[in-house]
Amino acid sequence: MLHLIRRRYLYFAISALIIIPGIVAMVVSFARYGTPVRLSIDFTSGSYVEVEFAQPVQAGQVRQVFLDEGLEVASVQLSGGDHIAIVRSQVMDAVTKGRVVAALGKSIGPVTERRFDSVGPSISRVVTRNAFYAVGAAALVILAFITFAFRKVPHPFRYGLCAIIAMVHDILVTVGLFSLAGLLLGWEADTLFLSALLTVIGFSVQDTIVVYDRIRENTPKMRGLPFEEIVDHSLTQTLHRSLTTQLNAMFVMVALLLFGGATIKQFILVMFVGLASGTYSSIFNAVPLLVVWENRDIPRFFRRLGGRTEGGAA
Amino acid sequence: MQRRDWILLVLILLLVGVVLWVDLASPAIAFWRPVPENPDPVKAAEQTLSIHSTTLRLGLDLQGGMQVILEAQGDAETVKKGMDAARGIVSDRVNALGVSEAVVQRQGERRLVVELPGVFDPQEALAAMQRAGFLEFVDTHGESLADGTRVTTTYGLTAEQIAAMTRTTVYATVVTGANLVLDEVGASTDPTRGIPIVVLAFDAEGTRKFADWTSAHVGEPLTIVLDKKVVSAPVVREPITNGRASISGGGVDRREAQRIALLLRYGALPVRLEVVENRMVGPTLGQDSVSKSVTAGIIGLCTVLLFMTLYYRIPGVTASLALCIYTALLFAIYKLVPVTLTLPGIAGLLLSVGMAVDANVLIFERMKEEIRAGKSLRVALEAGFDRAWTSIWDSNLSTLLTCAILFAFGLSLGASIVKGFAITLFIGVIVSIFSAITVTRTFLRLLYRLAGSWLERHSRLLLGVSVQGR
Repeated sequence: MLHLIRRRYLYFAISALIIIPGIVAMVVSFARYGTPVRLSIDFTSGSYVEVEFAQPVQAGQVRQVFLDEGLEVASVQLSGGDHIAIVRSQVMDAVTKGRVVAALGKSIGPVTERRFDSVGPSISRVVTRNAFYAVGAAALVILAFITFAFRKVPHPFRYGLCAIIAMVHDILVTVGLFSLAGLLLGWEADTLFLSALLTVIGFSVQDTIVVYDRIRENTPKMRGLPFEEIVDHSLTQTLHRSLTTQLNAMFVMVALLLFGGATIKQFILVMFVGLASGTYSSIFNAVPLLVVWENRDIPRFFRRLGGRTEGGAA
Repeated sequence: MQRRDWILLVLILLLVGVVLWVDLASPAIAFWRPVPENPDPVKAAEQTLSIHSTTLRLGLDLQGGMQVILEAQGDAETVKKGMDAARGIVSDRVNALGVSEAVVQRQGERRLVVELPGVFDPQEALAAMQRAGFLEFVDTHGESLADGTRVTTTYGLTAEQIAAMTRTTVYATVVTGANLVLDEVGASTDPTRGIPIVVLAFDAEGTRKFADWTSAHVGEPLTIVLDKKVVSAPVVREPITNGRASISGGGVDRREAQRIALLLRYGALPVRLEVVENRMVGPTLGQDSVSKSVTAGIIGLCTVLLFMTLYYRIPGVTASLALCIYTALLFAIYKLVPVTLTLPGIAGLLLSVGMAVDANVLIFERMKEEIRAGKSLRVALEAGFDRAWTSIWDSNLSTLLTCAILFAFGLSLGASIVKGFAITLFIGVIVSIFSAITVTRTFLRLLYRLAGSWLERHSRLLLGVSVQGR
């Protein structure tokens, strides 16, 4: 048996170390853009034009063509060895887009359209509202589900709450990373990001439940042992499974990251980080937190703190 | 027990056979279905045969094309009444453009989602979808105007405006397309004379107006005008009081009848539609994504298979076999449902492959524990499956619930991309429970029956832990 739980405060510290930069990024992002992560046109409305040129281009050239057509330009981003330009602009119809692309071809050189998105404000409002509903519904359903699944263990509410804390941990890690990438690389959250996030939430809970399930099974079998030891046994027994499953998911995602198309790289990366965080938080947050609660670590800590100051005074 | 396992094996092999046939079959499996009544003979013929294509349906992000969300303008009452008709009309118009597999769906109260695979120059399509297409039946004072003639009509003009137009002839609008009963408009054949006709029917208000006018103007043409251009000018033969008219003779052949019928149907767009979202994926980006995803998928799958085999030995091989069956089964389901594969959908599929082995991992780890605890091989095999069941079920349920929420979210905003991901992940989780448990267990049980003593002698090949005694 591994004595995993003993170092629980180290695990919490590692989590904090990862989450805090993310939170800082979110605050900076909030100050700069008004939202914790940069939002794509799915939520804010506007247009996204991705074109590929036969020769390398400069952002200024592309921007000028848009301005000449009387369009506002939010940003011009170059990729693919400066052959590909991604322009974020105001909402436009397909006819306007056709005109701009023709103008790009005329003043810069042969051009092909790769992608065009234009989202009007009425749609982006609906999307934003539904996004809130979706996240809210997910949280409620999962809370209800955990309470139901663990109705037979002592203190089912504790299990539920600790699983939710682990889930919030994963959300903070994922969103924090995305916020950082938004500041540094200009990543924008779209509906796909939201799907990745919701999936991470689902898997985070799935991982936690597997470990909880073992604690649930071991509790009557190991009656008499301190809770901490029961938990250590359960963690040791499920550790192989957690790591193996994580590894299998990683194989697939690394393959997608290395060989998959560029369009879903962000999506996969979010999932990759979220899943890793989910496995970590199940083992090193959700379960140790149960022990913290059972052992009344926090009241003890304050008592000890109180005792020490009294001792100091005396 | 033994008998049941053999039966299961036969069933699994049968399933694999069917699945492979579906996966490899080309190009289509056709199912007959009952014919709904449809006055349009062409449509009726299409409806008798519903063809299930067995080619995988690729989403717009993979095959390239465009998606448009149209929003109806106007007050809630008009929109509510007109949306279904508008959907039908847009759908007809899009199909008339020759776009194969175009999809037009309603989305909430006042939106239509139009998906046009393979369309990259959207102008023609957009024009066709949004065209106001206002249809009128006009009194041309006995004059028979040639098709295509531009006319001015009273509809939409105020009395002062009409009075001001001294130089142009303003014809009186008798009825508009709003009064047509669209479902009963179509090209047909006169049952008694056997000649092509166009049949049309009016609602109560239209019937009254039509009856009044035709009673007073027998022998005069009633000109059909679409967007102020003459479509046809049939002559009234007799008063029509029941609101059911047909146009025939005078050069109306089969083709002409269909042309007029389509214009009558298309023309009556009851609401004004505006584009509120437009997405286009170019053909190169889509192609690129498909080939890259296939490569990534094969590499990911092979890595998982290799890992499982190396790590869990013989049970790992059965799990790998189950995983192959799982993948083949998924593709067959995608074809038959059919599920439209999007790029995130493929990611969901591959992710579910990674997670599908989770159940096997849980089971095999459990078996190892049982063997280490000194249980015999046979007992450990069964215990692995039994004990792992609760955690497999509980843990997968949370993913299924998330999928349901994702699906609802994807459904509500026309983000078919999110929906695609949710569907593939959902189907993946369900199928994975079947493959990881039923398929693997049947294989392992039969393997034990056939070669149990050999396995116990070579127990190192099992899971990598040795069986202690017997």
